[in-house]
Formats: sequence, C-alpha cells, structure tokens
Amino acid sequence: MAGPDDQLQSRLRRQLLMGIAAAPLAGLFPKVAFADTPATSAVNTTGLAVTDTEVTVGILHSVTGTMAISETGSIQAEKLAISQINEMGGVLGRKIKFVQEDGASDWPTFAEKAKKLLVQDKVAAIMGCWTSASRKAVLPVIEQYNGMLYYPTFYEGLEQSKNVIYTGQEATQQILAGLNWVVKEKGAKTFFFIGSDYIWPRTSNKIARKHIENFMKGTKVVGEEYFPLGHTQFNSVINKLKLTKPDVIFTDVVGGSNVAFYKQLKAAGINLEKQTLMTISVTEDEIDGIGGDNIAGAYACMKYFQSLDNPNNKEFVAAFKKMWGEKTVIGDVTQAAYLGPWLWKMTVEKAGSFDIDKIAAASPGIEFTKAPEGYVKIHENHHLWSRTRVGLAQKDGQFKVVYESPDLIEPNPFPKGYQ
Amino acid sequence: MFGDYSLGDLGSIFAMQGFAGLILFSVYVLMALGLAIIFGQMGVINMAHGEFMILGAYVTYFCSEFFSAYLPSLFPGYFFVAMALAFLASGSLGMLVEWALIKRLYKRPLDTLLATWGLSLILQQTYRSVFGPREVGVVLPDWLLGSLPVTDTIEVPINGVFVMCLTALITIAVGLLMYKARWGRQVRAVVQNRVMAGAVGIDTERVDRMTFGLGCGIAGVAGSAFTMIGSTGPTSGQLYIVDTFLIVVFGGAASLFGTIASAFSISQTQSTLEFFLSGSMAKVITLLTVVAILMLRPQGLFTLKVRR
Amino acid sequence: MKRAPSFMDLKDLIAVGLLAIILIVVFPALLDGFRLNLVAKYLTYAFVAVGLVLCWGLGGILSLGQGVFFALGGYGMAMYLKLEASSVENTKIQSTPGIPDFMDWNQITELPYFWQPFHSLPLTILLIILIPALFGFVIGSAMFKRRVSGVYFAIITQALAAIATILIIGQQGYTGGVNGITDLRTLHGWDIRTDSAKFILYFVNAILLLCIVGFAMYVRDSKLGRILVAMRDKEDRVRFSGYSVANFQIFVFCLAGVFAAIGGAMFTLNVGFMSPSLVGIVPSIEMVIFTAVGGRLSILGAVYGTLAVNFAKTSLSESFPELWLLGLGGLFIAVVLVFPNGLAGIWRDYVQPHIDRALKLNSKDPTDPAANVAKQAAAASPAE
Repeated sequence: MAGPDDQLQSRLRRQLLMGIAAAPLAGLFPKVAFADTPATSAVNTTGLAVTDTEVTVGILHSVTGTMAISETGSIQAEKLAISQINEMGGVLGRKIKFVQEDGASDWPTFAEKAKKLLVQDKVAAIMGCWTSASRKAVLPVIEQYNGMLYYPTFYEGLEQSKNVIYTGQEATQQILAGLNWVVKEKGAKTFFFIGSDYIWPRTSNKIARKHIENFMKGTKVVGEEYFPLGHTQFNSVINKLKLTKPDVIFTDVVGGSNVAFYKQLKAAGINLEKQTLMTISVTEDEIDGIGGDNIAGAYACMKYFQSLDNPNNKEFVAAFKKMWGEKTVIGDVTQAAYLGPWLWKMTVEKAGSFDIDKIAAASPGIEFTKAPEGYVKIHENHHLWSRTRVGLAQKDGQFKVVYESPDLIEPNPFPKGYQ
Repeated sequence: MFGDYSLGDLGSIFAMQGFAGLILFSVYVLMALGLAIIFGQMGVINMAHGEFMILGAYVTYFCSEFFSAYLPSLFPGYFFVAMALAFLASGSLGMLVEWALIKRLYKRPLDTLLATWGLSLILQQTYRSVFGPREVGVVLPDWLLGSLPVTDTIEVPINGVFVMCLTALITIAVGLLMYKARWGRQVRAVVQNRVMAGAVGIDTERVDRMTFGLGCGIAGVAGSAFTMIGSTGPTSGQLYIVDTFLIVVFGGAASLFGTIASAFSISQTQSTLEFFLSGSMAKVITLLTVVAILMLRPQGLFTLKVRR
Repeated sequence: MKRAPSFMDLKDLIAVGLLAIILIVVFPALLDGFRLNLVAKYLTYAFVAVGLVLCWGLGGILSLGQGVFFALGGYGMAMYLKLEASSVENTKIQSTPGIPDFMDWNQITELPYFWQPFHSLPLTILLIILIPALFGFVIGSAMFKRRVSGVYFAIITQALAAIATILIIGQQGYTGGVNGITDLRTLHGWDIRTDSAKFILYFVNAILLLCIVGFAMYVRDSKLGRILVAMRDKEDRVRFSGYSVANFQIFVFCLAGVFAAIGGAMFTLNVGFMSPSLVGIVPSIEMVIFTAVGGRLSILGAVYGTLAVNFAKTSLSESFPELWLLGLGGLFIAVVLVFPNGLAGIWRDYVQPHIDRALKLNSKDPTDPAANVAKQAAAASPAE
C-alpha cells in the first residue's frame, strides 16, 4: 500500500518536473515572464531569501508526534496553495520555494525551527503552527527577527502582533453567532460545557459563558468540565449529562479524546438527533477518526465546511483531492491554512515588496475573493473578517450547512465584556 | 448539586455511575493483563505495550474495511475475527521481539525499558509511514452500538457489557492457563528458579518466548476492543502506558489477583472522583493517591515471593 | 579495587581541559549565533545527564522523573523572569495590571503566594537549588528507606513525571498551562533576548556545566562515589558493613535533582521560555537516553552523548523527520544491545588503546595508574 508519504514524494517530483518543463516555455514569452518582475534589490531591502527567480518561504508544522494527526491537513493545503501560485507565475515574477521543518509536536522545537527558518534560511514568510502553545513559543522569535507568520487555527484570541496574520477565527468570531443561532432555533435554555484542559477550551468556554449569562435572557450554564489532553474515559461526565439534562452540550474536546467522547456518548444511548450538541472543535478531519455514524446529528460552529456550495470551494476541493487523493477530507483549519500563501502573495504584490515591515503595513484591507470560504478581508488587527456557519454532521462525515451569518463578522481578539 | 433531583433519579444515576466504574475497571484489567504477565512473570518492562495494543487496533481497522468491502453479509461478526487476528498479529510480533531483543536482556531489567522505548518509537513511526499520520475510524457493527434500556432512566451501553464479558473471559482463560495448565506450571517454575527449571527439562527459552507472545497478544486483543471506546492513530498507544504500569505495580508484580484488585480500586476511585470533581483534578488525585500508597507499601497490594 | 582513584588525576584533567576547549573555544569559533544558541540548549540537558551518571550509572538508581526536577528549576527561573516582564507599565491593558498575562486571562486578580518569593533574584536562585533538593529528599526518603529500588523506583518516578505534567497543564492560572511561561524579556534589567546576551549566556552556561562536571567527578572519586558503586553491585553487603544505604541513595538522588534543576534554569534563560513539554514522560526518558548514549558510567561521556544525540536530532529532523524517529529508536536499541557503555565505552575500547600504545612508545612508565583505572572500569559490568 502506497502511504501518503510516497504519494507526496511522487507528486513533489512531478511538480518539480513540471517546473523544469515550464522553464523553457517561460523563456519563449519574455514579456509575460519578466514584465512584472521588478529588480530584486528593489523588492528585497532586508536580505531575505529572494533571488531574481525564486523566493523562499517556510512551512513549520508537526510531521511527527501527537499533533501530526491534526497538522497534516494544513501542510497539504499550504503546499497546494504554493503550487497553484507557482503555476500562475509566482509572486512578483518569482517562484515560491518552500523549506519544510518539523515542529515534532514540541514547543521548544517549534521555537528552534522558527529561528532556523528566519536566521539561516531567511524565509520571506512562515506558514505554520497549529496549537496555541506552538504559536506562543514561536511568537517572540518571529517578533525579534522580524518575520511574518500566517497562523491557520481557530484560537482563543487575546493576541495581536504586527508579525502574525491569523487566518483562522478568534474565539468570539467563531462562537457567538453559533450560540445565538442555537438559542433562537432550538430554544436552548441550559448549557453544559465539556472541554479539554488547556487554554483554548477554557477561554472559549469563558466567552461562551459570559455571552450566555450576560447577553442572553433566561439561559444558564449548568455544568462545566475539563479533562486532561488524551483522556479516554467519559462515562462519568456522560452520567452527569444524564443527570442535568442540558438543552445543549457545548464541547471543545480535542485530539484523540474526541473519538473516545463521541463513541461513548453514542454507546450510552445519548442520541444526537434528539439531544442538541454543539461543538467548536470537530471538523471533517476529526470525523475521519470518530466515524460519521457516531457523530451524525451534532452541530459544529466554524467558518468553513468542505460541503460549502460555492464555485471557489468546488474548485478548491477538486484541486485538493487531485493533489492529495480522493479520500482526503478538508476541515476548517485546512482551508484557513490554504488562505495563508494566497494572502501573503496578494499582500506582497500590493506592497510591491517582500520586506516584512511593508507587508505588515499593507496587510489590512487585503481582500481574497477566491477564498473557498467565500470572501475574506484582513482587518487592522491582522485577523480576518469572515462569516460563521453552523453545520449539521451527516453520516458520511460531511456537514450540511444549516446557518450562515448574514454579514462578515468583525474579528475582536480582545473582546470587551467577555474577560 | 443533588437538591433538585428526585430520589429515583439519584438512585438510577448512582447505579449508572457504578456501572461506569465497572466498565473502567474492565478496561483497566484488559489493558494491564498483558503487561502483568510480561512484567510480573518475566520482570521485563515493556514500554512498547501501548504500541502492541495499537497494532491490534489497526488490525481491527483493516478487518472492518475488508469485511465491508468483500463480505458485507458477515460484517456483524467481523469483530470476533478481528480480535483473533489482532491476538495473532501482536502475539507473533511479540515473539519476534522477544527473540531479537528481549532474550538478550533478562539480566538487565532496566535496559529492557530503554530498548522497548526505542522499539515503541520505531513502531510509532512505522504506523505513521504505513497507515498515515491521521487517525482512522473503525466502523463497528450495529449490534455493538447503542444501549440497553433497563429502566426508564438506566441505560447500559452494549460495548461496555461487551468489554466486561471479554475481560472476564480472558482473565479466566489466563487464570486457568497459569494455574491449572501444564504450561502455566512451567512459566511459574521458570519465574521462581530459571536454572532449576532448565535442569528438570523445561525449555526455558521457549517458555519465555511464549509468555512474552501471550502478553503481547492480549495487548492486541485489548487494542482491538478499545476501538469501540477510543481513537486509533500512530500515537494513541502512549495514552495508555502510564495507567497500565501503575496498575501493575500497584497490584504487586507477579500477582494476577493483585492486578485485578488494583485495577478495581483505581477505577472506582477515579470514576467516583470524576463524578464529584472535574476530570483533570480527579486524575491528579487518583495518581497522587496511588503514588502515596506505593511509597508506604512499595511492594504493591499483593506480592509473591519471587527470585531476586 | 587496588588503588583508590584520586580526584582529578592527570587523565581527568586532560579530558576536562579538552571539553573546556571544545566548549569555550572551538564551538564559539566555528558556530554562528543561531547554532551556538542551540548548543547552549543542548548543554542544559547535559546537566541532567551528568546528574544521571551519578544517580544511575554509579548508584544504580534509574529515575524516569528527571523532567520534574528540570521543571522545578526551569519554572523557578521562568517565574522570576515573568514577574520582571509583567511590570505594571508593560501590562496596563490587562484588567489587573502587574500580574503575568496568563493569570489575567484566567481571572486571577492577585499574585498567588507561591509566586511572591520570585520577585527577588537571590531568593529565586536559592529556591532553584533548595526546592529540588527538598523534593528529592521527600521522595527519596519515602522510597529508599523502604528499599524501593530498580524497576519500581523507575516506574514511580515516571508516574511523578506524568502527574507533574497533568498538574501544570490543569492549573493554568498559576502555571501558564500547556503554553508554559512565555514572553520572558529581562534578567535583572538585562535583556536576554538580544544576540549578544545569548552569546554571553552561552559562556555562563558552559562554565557552569564545567563546574558541575568537576563537582560530579569529585563526588565520583570520593569515598561516597565508591560506596555508591559498591551499593549498586551488592547492596546488602554494604548494608551489612554498617552503612546506611538509604542515606547515600537519597543524597545522590537529591544531587542529580539539583543538577537537573540548574539545567532547567539555564534552559529558561537560553531558550526564553519554559513549557510543560519538557516535564513529562518523553523528555524524562530522552534525558536517560542521552546518558546511556554517552556511557552511563562516564561523566564526560554524558556531555558528549547529549551533544551527539541532539546534533543528530536537529540535523536529521531538518531533512528527514521520519528517519529521525526510526534512527532514535534504533539508537536506543543499539546502545542497550551492542554498546552498553555508550560513547565512553567505544572510546575506551577502540580509541584509547591506540592512543595508549602511541604514548607508551614515549612513556617510561608502562603501568600508568590512570590506565589501570580505566581497565577496571571497563571490566565493571554496566548497572544491573
């Protein structure tokens, strides 16, 4: 059986060959190829790895360790975006070359590799990180050596940096629309929170709790539980669910715990067709491991689902499957990771330069109309304006979109009244 | 927290909580049994125990894929085939590992720890390269899902019952094998005095290999059963290793009864605490209690006199 | 033993001198700032490895919980640095200015009492040494007095490492949780993030490590060290000779813990943050591996082993992340099966004889005492 790595290898090889084949063609059309290729000295004043024909970016995710499960999709999406950009002629006439580093699911390693990418490889941008912990470890390095990080995961907020573009949603953006929807549509009055024990679930649940208690009438939280990362026994909390009978189970359990949680929930006779459950941590990627049968009927609240019905997304899904295989699925973070290289390309072209400071300054206002999730725009605070959607999990592992916020939601990493 | 509920509600909740504790108990016994045999009888610290379990889980995954593609009519029964194959796969890998690695280290128990840790890294990476870094979803036959309503409020998860029966079956089988069968006498003879056992004509090398294989095979069955309640990915095996070792040590090595008693006390403590406290704190308190008791009674709950 | 090894004989002196030259002259001359900082990180692990040589190699006590000690030192230093970085001016956007940012995110409005001592640098340094020593003493006396040893001790310490990780991650309001304590800036007003500061810190680190190596050698060659070896090989005989075995074990366990804590504190200074990913089971076992690769009986071997494994890890994982794990796994097995005495053993068995032969041509004294010691050590089988 050819593993995904073999496929990756052969694909890369093929791309490389295609690149070589394309080179003489480019020579035939000097006008097309060089018309928009400004001199390197003009577009790169700070000594980044930019030559007349190439620009180097870094990809920094975990290939090994426990986080490899989640980060694989992001790597695939970033490589897809890079190869597509290269097929269109690259950035300012330069092909993108990437250096991939393994963060090995270990935060000090992330910091080390980020520093290596910036100091040794002089990359023009880094697409990477997944967990908040890895971003927190990398952030001081990126700021000190003035790099640019495109961070794809939905996260807890409470952060803003000139050197980071957050292509996922921050917590208020993701959660509030979903809570409003579930209260309105399902008439929910009582909520039970279950999360993995670290900062993102705790912060997200805090925001959800404040919203429920302070901004909505007659609703309350009847329970809040956290479990260590990797926990696999949920029978006790399931009993508490049966005791408190909440209208909505609101979950942000992550990783392998997810699989255990939903399997045990189903086994305990809690039927998600009848019991409303809203999750902010299960994407199509996670359902692969959980099994569609076990989670069908749950609602997920995030900005992207693979089933989104728009031409951009159809094109994206087709290209993704062509590159990575028919069976691969695309989750919210994967799509956000795909945005990174594109946003960077457009920002560089707007700024007319690879210089980090100019990119940081040019980022606000960048619009990406071809985004699979629809239309996104970079906000002053370096997060994205985006829509939030609620999807209903189906047996085949896909989501059916049941709600979409009418407007783009403003990112608000430091929400007033929620702290 | 109980003020708002009727007596009947409370009664059924406590019944279900007790049942949850029993399921946890079965899971722990199943996890620890293979290790108890290897560690208790042979003194080998097998840090790759979790990886042997995950091998069983992957075997189950392939069985489910195979049956749903080629033998859909037999799909409801595939789980039994999968468990048998998981036992064989993990067991034979175990025997191979014993032959290539463990055999040379019987005099250095601490070194088996390092070598098997290395083995676990190699296995993890092999799983990742062969099966891909993502988790795989094992499709279960319908009859294993859902629950049996006993009363209006008490529901018993079927897979929990299944794990309990499986655990009971395997425990009894191992008990009979170890204490009634000729093979068990040989194992115990080798444990108590290897030289004398050899002198009376027992093939000690073969006994060692079979014992290690049996322990790993049981781990494989456990892994196969845990596809019902947990995740299957390259690194999932690591989730089990600490709990498993603590159970075996807490029970006192070389005592199957001790392992069962320790699994019982740890699971009951944990599931009770989980009900009253948050999950994280319950875990920490349980682990701390176990360590504290071990400090007071380092030989574990039950001990046999064995050769040193 | 025919002749007691004396502290720092000529051979040791040359070996330590060589290490000093490598650390203080060769690396800074050859490596750029980035690589040098990496070496500094590796060297902080070497503190742990040296402690493990005493505790495991000489004493036969395998601790799989050294990450806990590393954390005690690392978090101690990180708490001090974090408090300094969280001055009222720096944190005025928080709802409670003056406390670390992660506390503010977790609705803690007041600095917890156990953070208070870490306002003062001298007190912090004192605590970095005292707390691990005390912790080691409590654990050690509970276990060694009851004659817990070998495998049991290893597994109980491993459980401690697991508990510590769960506790740190669970109590994120007080510890920073899974993110660890990040964004550290100054040490007593001195910015530790600049390249020049990193350069200076490298030397501080290297010199401190050399001191620890010297101290470890002193312990090894003292009467204490010999009792440890005797205990490892025949615990009962030492006990029957009237020694309190437990007290020696407690002492060496505490000492290894303090070494690890110093390494942890230096880690925080060099890397700029502290995280629970250095506490748990995996890092604790990796540290044992560094020691094993270097040769569990050799103090200098531990330093070289740490450097070698980490260099391999960094360079291999840059190009072949998959290969790295297979390589690391294979390395463990190879070290256990083929080279139980690690790099030091390879050096002694394959390199040293050639050097000795070459030297012997010039030397008039064929019975060099140092060579005898080496031979004796070679004859001694590895722990258990």
